[in-house]
Amino acid sequence: MVYDPFKESSSSRTLSAPPSSADYLKDSLFRFFAYFCALSIIILVAYIVIELGIQAYPAMEKHGLGFITGTTWDTNQGIFSVLPEIWGTVYSSLIALFIGGFFGIGIAIFLTQSFVHAKLELTFRTIIELLAAIPSVVYGLWGIYVLIPLLRPVADWLHETMGWFPLFGTELSGPGLAPAALVLAIMILPTVAAISADAFRRIPYRVKEAAYGMGATKWEVILKVMLPTASSGILAGLVLGFGRALGETMALAMLIGNVNEISISLFAPANTLASLLASTFPEAGQLEIQALMYAALVLLAITFIVNVAGLAVQQYTMRKFEGKK
Amino acid sequence: MNDDTPEILPPKLDLPALDKNVFEFRALKNSFLTVFVWVIGILASVPLFSVIFMLIVEGGSRLDLEAVTAIPPAGFETGGGFGNAILGTLIMVAIASAISIPIGIFAALYLSILEPSSKVATISRFLSKVLTGFPSILAGVFVYAVIVITTGTYSAWAGGVALAVLMLPTVTLAAEEAMRQVPQKMKDAAYGMGCTKTQVIFKIVLPTALPGILTGVILAVAGAAGESAPLLFTALFSNYYMSELAEPTASLSILIYNFSGMPFENQIELAWSASLVLVFLVLFFNILARVVGRSKFRD
Repeated sequence: MVYDPFKESSSSRTLSAPPSSADYLKDSLFRFFAYFCALSIIILVAYIVIELGIQAYPAMEKHGLGFITGTTWDTNQGIFSVLPEIWGTVYSSLIALFIGGFFGIGIAIFLTQSFVHAKLELTFRTIIELLAAIPSVVYGLWGIYVLIPLLRPVADWLHETMGWFPLFGTELSGPGLAPAALVLAIMILPTVAAISADAFRRIPYRVKEAAYGMGATKWEVILKVMLPTASSGILAGLVLGFGRALGETMALAMLIGNVNEISISLFAPANTLASLLASTFPEAGQLEIQALMYAALVLLAITFIVNVAGLAVQQYTMRKFEGKK
Repeated sequence: MNDDTPEILPPKLDLPALDKNVFEFRALKNSFLTVFVWVIGILASVPLFSVIFMLIVEGGSRLDLEAVTAIPPAGFETGGGFGNAILGTLIMVAIASAISIPIGIFAALYLSILEPSSKVATISRFLSKVLTGFPSILAGVFVYAVIVITTGTYSAWAGGVALAVLMLPTVTLAAEEAMRQVPQKMKDAAYGMGCTKTQVIFKIVLPTALPGILTGVILAVAGAAGESAPLLFTALFSNYYMSELAEPTASLSILIYNFSGMPFENQIELAWSASLVLVFLVLFFNILARVVGRSKFRD
C-alpha cells in the first residue's frame, strides 16, 4: 500500500475535533452514575436507620422507655430490658479505654518522638497495625485458651487478698469482664495509637525546637509542650477508640460470659448489647427478635453519638493546625 | 563623658552547673520515662506475637490436606476439616467486593473530583466516616431484616451484602484519599488540552491513583474476610459444601466461633487451624496492600 500523508488529517475524527454527542452522553451518564453512587451511601445509612426503626417499632410501643431502665431479659415471660447490657457495654469499653488509651498514647509518643531508629520504628508501626488486622474471633479464641488461664491465678489472688475492694468482689470463674476488657483494650490500641501519632506529627517541628532551645529535657518537651499541643487529636483518638469498643461483638460474645447482671466487680461475668445480639438472635422467636431490634437501635444510637463526637474533635484538630475552615 | 554609666559586666557563668548531671532529678526522670516508654512499646507487641505463636503451635499441628478440604465433623467424630468454610468465606468476600468496590470507587470519584464541596458530597463523606465506626453486627441485623426476612432463607447473598455494607465506606474513603493525592498540575495540563472531566478521570486520575486505590481496596477485602458478626444471622452456617448461593453458607470465622465453645478436643483443634488459615489469609492481604502501596512512591 502506498503511504498517503493526507489520509490521517483528512479523517473526520482528528484530535482537534470537538467532543461528539456520544462523548457528551458518555460524560453525563458517567457523572450521573458517580452522583448516584455517592448518594447511595446516604441512602444506605438512612435505610439502615429506618429499617431498624420499623422492625423495632412493635417492641418500642410495647416496652417503651422501661426497655432501657429495666434489668430482666426473660424470653418465657416476654419481659425484655437491657440496662445490664448497656452497663456492661459502657463499663467494659471504659476499662478498655483506660488500658488501651494509656498504651496507645505511650506507643504514639514512642513512635513519633524519635526514641527509635527509623527502621525499628517502621517495624513497631507494622506490628501495631497488624494488631488491628487480626480478626475479632481469633482474639476471642486466644482469650479463651490463653488469656483466661493466665488471668485466673492473678484474679484469684486479688480476690483472696483484696476481696473487700468492690472491683475484686467476685472470683473469676472462666469468662468475665476482665479478659473481655483486656482483649478490647488490645483491639482499640491501634486506633488510639494511629490517631494520636497523627496528632503528634502535625505539630510543627519548630515548636519542639523552641522548647529544646530553652534547655528542656526530652521528657519535659514531651509532657509540657507536645502532649498539650496534641491533646485535641489524642482526645479524638480516644473517643473513636471508645466507639470501636462499644460496637465490638465477637470477642466479647466469646469472653464476657453473657450474664445479664450489673456488677462492679472486674471478674464477674457480664453482657454487652452487641454480644446479646450475637448470642440470642439466631435462636430468637418473633417477639424476642423485635426486642433485639430495639436493642440494636439503642446500640446504633450510642455508637452514633460517640463517633460523631470523635469526628467533630478530629475535625477541630485539623482546623487548628492547618487553618482549614 | 558621664562617669555614672554602669559598667556592663558579662554575666558570671557557673560552668560546672551547666554540665549535664545524670543524677539530677530532671535527668533521672527523663531516663526513667524513656525506659518506661520502651517497656510500653514492647508490651504492646506481646499480644501479636502470642497470638501468632499460639496459632502456629496449636493450629499448625492439625493443618493438613484433610483439614482444608473435608467438611466439619459432628459431635464425637474424629478428623474432618473446614473446606466448605474456606470456600464460603471466599465466595462471600467476592460477592461483597463485586458490590462495594465499583460503587465505592465511583462514589470516591464524585467526592474527590466531580463535586468535592457539594452538599451530597459533604454529607456522604461524613456518613462514610460514621459508617466505618459502625458496629459490624448492626450490618448483620440490617441485612437480616431486609434480605433474610424477605427471601425467607439465610444465604450467601445475604452474607455478601452484609459484608459489602461494611466494605463500602472503607473503600470510598481510601479511594477518595488516593485520588486527592493526584497532583493538581497533572489534571490542569489535561484540562488545558481540552479534555472533558470524564477523560481526565479515566486517563489521568484513575491510573495515577491506582496504587493507592488498590491498597485501600485490598485492606477492605482483608477486613471483610475476618468479619464474623455480620455473618452470624445472614449466612448462618452449614456443615456441607454449598450447592447454590441461596442457602445457608459456612464461613471460617463462624466456624471458629461455633467450635471454640465446644467441649470436644477435635473441634477446638480445628478452630485453631481455621484461625491459622484465616489469619494467614488476612495477613496475606495486608502485606499485599503494603507492597502495592509502596510501589506508589517508587514511580
